[in-house]
Amino acid sequence: MTITSIRRPIRAAAALALSLSLGLAVTACGAGNESDAGDNGDAVTLDGGGSTAQAKAQGAWRAAYQDDSGNTVNYEEVGSGTGRENFNSGAYVFAGSDSYLNDDEGELSAAKERCNGEDPIEVPAYVSPIAVAFNLPGIDSLNMSAETIADIFNGTITTWDDKAIAAENDGVDLPSTDIAVIHRSDDSGTTGNFTDYLYQASNGAWATESDGVWPEDLTNGQGLEGTSGVIGGVTDTEGAIGYADESAVGDLGVVSIKVGDTYQAPEPAAAAKALAASTRVEGRPDVDMAIDVERTLTDAGTYPLLLTSYLIACQHYDDAATADAVKSYLAYVVSTEGQQSAADEAGSAPLDSKLQQEAAGIVDKIAAS
Amino acid sequence: MSATTASLTHARLPRWAPVLVAVMALAVAGLPAMLRGWGPVAWVVLAVVLFLVGLPGWSLVVENRRAATDRLMTGLIWAAFGCAVMPLLWLVYVVVSTGAEAINADFLSYSMRGVIGDEQGGVYHALIGTVLITLAATVISVPIGVLTAIYLVEYGAKSRLARWITFLVDVMTGIPSIVAGLFALALVVLVFGPAFRMGLGGSIALSLLMVPTVVRSSEEMFRLVPMDLREAAYALGVPKWRTILKVVVPTSIGGVITGVVLAISRVIGETAPLLVVAGATDGVNFNLFDGRMTTLPVFIFSQYSLSTPAGYERAWGGALVLIVIVMVLNLIARGLGKLLAPPKN
Amino acid sequence: MTSPSTGTLSPPEAERNDKPLSRRGDRVFAGLARAAGITIMVALAAVFVFLFAEGRSGLSAAEATYRPASDFLRYIGPLVVSTILAACIALLVAVPFAVAIALFISHYAPRSIATPVAYVIDLLAAVPSVVFGLWGGRYLAQFLQPAHVWLSEHLGFLPFFGSPPSPNGRSLFTAGIVLAIMILPIVTAISREVFAQTPRLHEEAALALGATRWEMIRYAVFPYARSGMVSGVMLGLGRALGETMAVAMVLATSPAVTLNIIGTAAPATIASNIALNYKEATPSRQSLLIATGLVLFAVTFLINFVARWVVGRNERKQARA
Repeated sequence: MTITSIRRPIRAAAALALSLSLGLAVTACGAGNESDAGDNGDAVTLDGGGSTAQAKAQGAWRAAYQDDSGNTVNYEEVGSGTGRENFNSGAYVFAGSDSYLNDDEGELSAAKERCNGEDPIEVPAYVSPIAVAFNLPGIDSLNMSAETIADIFNGTITTWDDKAIAAENDGVDLPSTDIAVIHRSDDSGTTGNFTDYLYQASNGAWATESDGVWPEDLTNGQGLEGTSGVIGGVTDTEGAIGYADESAVGDLGVVSIKVGDTYQAPEPAAAAKALAASTRVEGRPDVDMAIDVERTLTDAGTYPLLLTSYLIACQHYDDAATADAVKSYLAYVVSTEGQQSAADEAGSAPLDSKLQQEAAGIVDKIAAS
Repeated sequence: MSATTASLTHARLPRWAPVLVAVMALAVAGLPAMLRGWGPVAWVVLAVVLFLVGLPGWSLVVENRRAATDRLMTGLIWAAFGCAVMPLLWLVYVVVSTGAEAINADFLSYSMRGVIGDEQGGVYHALIGTVLITLAATVISVPIGVLTAIYLVEYGAKSRLARWITFLVDVMTGIPSIVAGLFALALVVLVFGPAFRMGLGGSIALSLLMVPTVVRSSEEMFRLVPMDLREAAYALGVPKWRTILKVVVPTSIGGVITGVVLAISRVIGETAPLLVVAGATDGVNFNLFDGRMTTLPVFIFSQYSLSTPAGYERAWGGALVLIVIVMVLNLIARGLGKLLAPPKN
Repeated sequence: MTSPSTGTLSPPEAERNDKPLSRRGDRVFAGLARAAGITIMVALAAVFVFLFAEGRSGLSAAEATYRPASDFLRYIGPLVVSTILAACIALLVAVPFAVAIALFISHYAPRSIATPVAYVIDLLAAVPSVVFGLWGGRYLAQFLQPAHVWLSEHLGFLPFFGSPPSPNGRSLFTAGIVLAIMILPIVTAISREVFAQTPRLHEEAALALGATRWEMIRYAVFPYARSGMVSGVMLGLGRALGETMAVAMVLATSPAVTLNIIGTAAPATIASNIALNYKEATPSRQSLLIATGLVLFAVTFLINFVARWVVGRNERKQARA
């Protein structure tokens, strides 16, 4: 045993060296699609993150911006809460958030502190209609008022051929299938906006105030993880109904919601119009475009069930190169071009021209301190 | 184990008995299956039950109770094996068949930098990230884990410290991965400031998850090394530490390596901690000590979250790549194990 | 070898005397080994301190923080029930199968089958939890849905199988099975290794005495491998308790506490609840979630404690018999 054991470590070392060098051979070169020409020495890396709803749009923005500028932009889809926290701690230079900063837990003050006492910039960057999607074979579209939707999701209406649904859908042959309610199981901006819509627009049919977490007393539904989870669950379950970002619903049937006297399908343009018609949060500085979406709009052609996701940044950064990069990136995001590219890739609603110009004006103020 | 028969030989079922019973069970189960229109699953289940009753029953009549028990257990083990392998094969099939569509040379050599929508993207950056971060985690946790196991088996004996370590290692297996990630992040932030992110932070989080597996599996392997081997070495005057390195470790090296590979497999697919502490980026980063690194699971998760056809395709492709990496790792480990194990006499 | 009749090998440390010490190499090596063990304890203590420091404020925060519940105990209670139920299902399903597969590989299957099977099972340990979640939620749940209906019809009198059954199989039952499949590789691999290490002499002695193959396994292999099997099961249990993404993606959640494992929805497990809610949480909710991590720690601690006690008692009984 002793004789062989002397030789063994040598063989082991050789094997280890071989496997290591194989590994290194693989790792020693850059990716096929990354050009080395981009490394011009003064390239900047911007670290940001937050809202998962924005992720797809951020993908499109970053791709175009990185190609154009040679800078690198990282966007971590860690969720709005973590995004805001990381912005406030200084880990991110910009953050994406599905809700505007508020001072309920001192987040707005913390953001101000992070920006050396100046008001943080908040601009809407990603606006998207939330679709109420369902799975009934042969039915592509149904009309519902906010009240009906609230009654379905709170378990008052339990079958598809219920009178309330039938009354709004003349001529549609509704099956007697049980309704399976599917909602998000994670804390999300989508749920927050959806419950806000129901609470405000359903004339009291929805009892609990808006929150990112599904209300406790409603145990009739199934909570599934993320947009993909909800869409997957609805797709797999006949008779199911759920809500998700409009761009994700695919072939599922979608509900047209009652706005005024007409029914409006979830279309990006209608969502953008609803946002433009909404009022600003009071008492905010000029650089802060926090908007409370008006859920009870009655103007035809608006779709008030929508999600607004903001970009949060500082007005001034210590480092000139960083300030330039943040400014040029955010400027691209809120430009008509950037908004259009998000619309093409992520199905979002380009900002209404007035809001877009205002946002561009705010972003233009970013500078080195 | 009391003897039941006095004669040295007793009646045995013919060698073809299991086959005969299996065929009959399938046939008999086919009858109600056809009549009542059951699916193939119900048919096979019924056939297996019939087989498990039929063969031991026959054996009980012809042979004896002990033989019948043996046949029942053999049947059960084969059935359990079949039953458990089915979902596993199904899963592998789903991953391979859906993932294979995404795989091509560009997928493996491209990163996601500058990729919009359906354009050709790739996993190269994530591949690098996964390999480096996991390698670093292995380098951290294997020495600690194996040395701890040596302490527990060879030095600690039944000391109070050793008992505590064993117990705490068990508790450690239950740390949710995301907590490990948050902990590693807190550590990195404490040392380097809030904006700092590095791949090594991910390795620290993964090490926390790897250590228990490494300790537990190597501990068991060391315990199984026969005492005689150690005593023979001591008798020859070999010091204890050399005995451990030259006798105990080589004898159990196969099992230890299996444990290490299992530990790697356990963590290589972790998503949450790595997203938290190692971050995400579209480009390639070779530096473990500075900057964000994307790993394959994070890549898979973010592509899946996009909920687009291209995203799903890349996600499954990434999963397939990950499994292939582990397969290669397994092969290397097995080779190493063979190379290092003492020759069988 | 020691006495082959009992088939057990006394643990090495029991009969060794650590006399030939006092050489420098030995002292250094022993010190290193000890240091490694202490490092682990320190790391664990650090994790605990971290959880405690970050989570302490979550234990007694403003009422609104505990939405959808109103205080900490009510918030964590349903999660604990689900966590334990899911882990129990996973263990009940996985352990018999894992032992059977390990025996199949080590003692029953011909070599040409055993090697590839062992290989495939090892590979499964590497499937990312996201993929398990995706497959479990979209494929397996659909497949198991009829089983839910069957269980509810035939075993509906048990509190675990209430009605109505889940319409799409996204239940605790399915989540438990996904967990079982996830822990199967690790339990199998460790059992397989210890089975394979059973001294040949013990096995051959048993067979020579006229034991059938099953008797040989029962009386020669199992006693020898017990401690290893327990280790494997513990590792599996830990993974089942701490798994996040797979459960989050499979299980349909609802805040109401329930023992019904096949119902439409159940509360999330502690670990998956953290993963589900951490991303969007405000600071006070984040510390609440970390506090739930602390509770999971305590639960794991407790379960391990009980398991150890049970195993120890069995061993003592065995020793007396």
